[in-house]
Amino acid sequence: MTDEATSSTGLPSPEGASDIIETDYTIGQDNIATKIGPFGLDIHNPVFVISGLTVIAFVFFTLAFQDSVGPIFSDLRSWLTSTFDWFFLLSANIFVILCFALIVTPLGSVRLGGKDATPDYSYPAWFAMLFAAGMGIGLMFYGVSEPISHYSSAFGGTSVGEDGARTDWAPLGAAAGDTATATAIGMAATIFHWGLHPWAIYAIVALSLALFSYNKGLPLTIRSIFYPIFGERIWGWTGHIIDTLAVFATLFGLATSLGYGAEQANAGLDFLFGWTVSDTSKVILIVAITAVALASVVAGMDAGVKRLSEINMVLAALLLLFVIIVGPTMEIVSGFFANLASYVEYLPALSNPFGREDANFSQGWTSFYWAWWISWSPFVGMFIARVSRGRTVREFVICVLLIPSLVCVLWMTAFGGTAISQIVNEGYQAVADAPLELKLFQMLSQLPLTSIASFIGIVLVIVFFVTSSDSGSLVIDTITAGGKVNAPMPQRVFWCSFEGMVAIALLLGGGLGSLQAMAVSTGFPFTIILLLACYAIVKGLMDEPR
Amino acid sequence: MYAKIMVPVDLEHRERLGKALKTAADLAKANGAPICYVGITATTPGPVAHTPAEFARKLEAFAEEQAAAQGVVASAKAYTSHDPTVDLDKVLEKAIEELGCDLVVMASHIPGFPEHIFASKAGYLAQHAKISVFVVR
Repeated sequence: MTDEATSSTGLPSPEGASDIIETDYTIGQDNIATKIGPFGLDIHNPVFVISGLTVIAFVFFTLAFQDSVGPIFSDLRSWLTSTFDWFFLLSANIFVILCFALIVTPLGSVRLGGKDATPDYSYPAWFAMLFAAGMGIGLMFYGVSEPISHYSSAFGGTSVGEDGARTDWAPLGAAAGDTATATAIGMAATIFHWGLHPWAIYAIVALSLALFSYNKGLPLTIRSIFYPIFGERIWGWTGHIIDTLAVFATLFGLATSLGYGAEQANAGLDFLFGWTVSDTSKVILIVAITAVALASVVAGMDAGVKRLSEINMVLAALLLLFVIIVGPTMEIVSGFFANLASYVEYLPALSNPFGREDANFSQGWTSFYWAWWISWSPFVGMFIARVSRGRTVREFVICVLLIPSLVCVLWMTAFGGTAISQIVNEGYQAVADAPLELKLFQMLSQLPLTSIASFIGIVLVIVFFVTSSDSGSLVIDTITAGGKVNAPMPQRVFWCSFEGMVAIALLLGGGLGSLQAMAVSTGFPFTIILLLACYAIVKGLMDEPR
Repeated sequence: MYAKIMVPVDLEHRERLGKALKTAADLAKANGAPICYVGITATTPGPVAHTPAEFARKLEAFAEEQAAAQGVVASAKAYTSHDPTVDLDKVLEKAIEELGCDLVVMASHIPGFPEHIFASKAGYLAQHAKISVFVVR
């Protein structure tokens, strides 16, 4: 059925032709509209109940049987990332190639939301939300530490154990004692983990959801991607399982990173203001972050999530500019182009899935990262889909893949490059020796106006957590309401607070590591889901009017 | 007394609208005023429609149906919102302004405990709108 272009009164614009899928399923038909106490609910049966209960059960078992459960989950994660390293690397390459293909082929001119749809958000607001949800917090912590790690291991050269396997963690063939090459490899490896590949993963999930929702009329929930493969069966248990898995990965991903985030923010506050590192301060931080996130979800997409993301973007840009201006400016500017060139130069070798000599690096870093990004992709992808209506596929892929990748190159060059330069040129070892959560602050302490910059840094860390938490709650709420975005307010309040409580339980009970391992392990089934999504995207786009 | 009446409708829960629709129609006939039915949708597919365009068509069909059934002059106006759960009140305020209505008739539920935390839609409008608001319970 073709949805004819009608300029019906009242709408900002006609939607134009798109290819609606005909199905007898009505969105919300499996929902239960009920009341718990005085609060009205409109929840998907059984996704809401199953995901809520499984999460509670998992937290309970992890806390009760910590010593035995912890190792099982982390073994599962290492087994998956080392046995299926080729699978993760190969799949991620496929996602990047598909994205580039969408830019250059005529399929790129399909518009999300129908031929005449207009964008829901302006470019700055859209970018701000893409970034805040996508990787904001990671950039704060790994922007300084990861380039240093790869630089140091590459500079240290290779070493071989008794069994003939390499024992070092250096990327590729390393560069023993060669500062320039070690820097190039280190920066290329870091950019590789934060550039095209992760954003391609997000783009695939987001694009398939947006396509099947805005153009095909299916509900905005993960199961809709599977319509071309499973047909009407996605409304049954097949779909329930997919959605529950997505909620599960999102909630554990958010709760564990909130828990770790509180630890890191606490360490930062201790370093800057002498805030004692203790469980109490961490719980206070989680409660504070959750409270702000709650205020933001209650204020809604435009007044809450969008506004916070914009504030974040401005703060991040200020910090970046600050580091570029007061840091080694010329080195950063020339480094940007040099690092971009190194990235392009080493990309084929770094992304090669087979016959790798640097198993520690390709399995321990790359494969782990890919599983990690993929486990985040239902959440980030769905959020990106929610804000991307009205863009063409080409515009979408360029803006979700290429521009964020370039920003990551600049960010890594400014933060990592400055830190490497401090180590190499100034012999400043403290930044290399500092624990992960303090590296950013150690680097900033060598620059002028330390206290102001560090303060902005700590505010950014906290606001990035808030934006992850509020956008995550909206996503979980939509999935557990069967794709309805207008479910009653108490539901999103529930998910947002629940996430904070799970984080506190894991922090105090000590299950953060094992459940994070569990969340990352969901990256494996999701990789298969994403490969199917690639097929669904191409098939879905072919049927669209261009 | 009234020149144009606005009636916000939730097409997903038509069954709850009966009394408000009847009240609005009676007032419209008494005053010889037209009714404008206003609906708000998210841009994502929902229970009522797959696209905002389809939503607008359904709302127009609803208005025509009401015009015939109640014997009133009716029109329809659909609005989109990024987050209807939250923005509904603000969109309705904007609609009052844009449509130049001087009376709102809308259905609401009996207030309970949650209204202490989140104001009901009709409650918000009654408090903030510059024109008369008739809340039908």
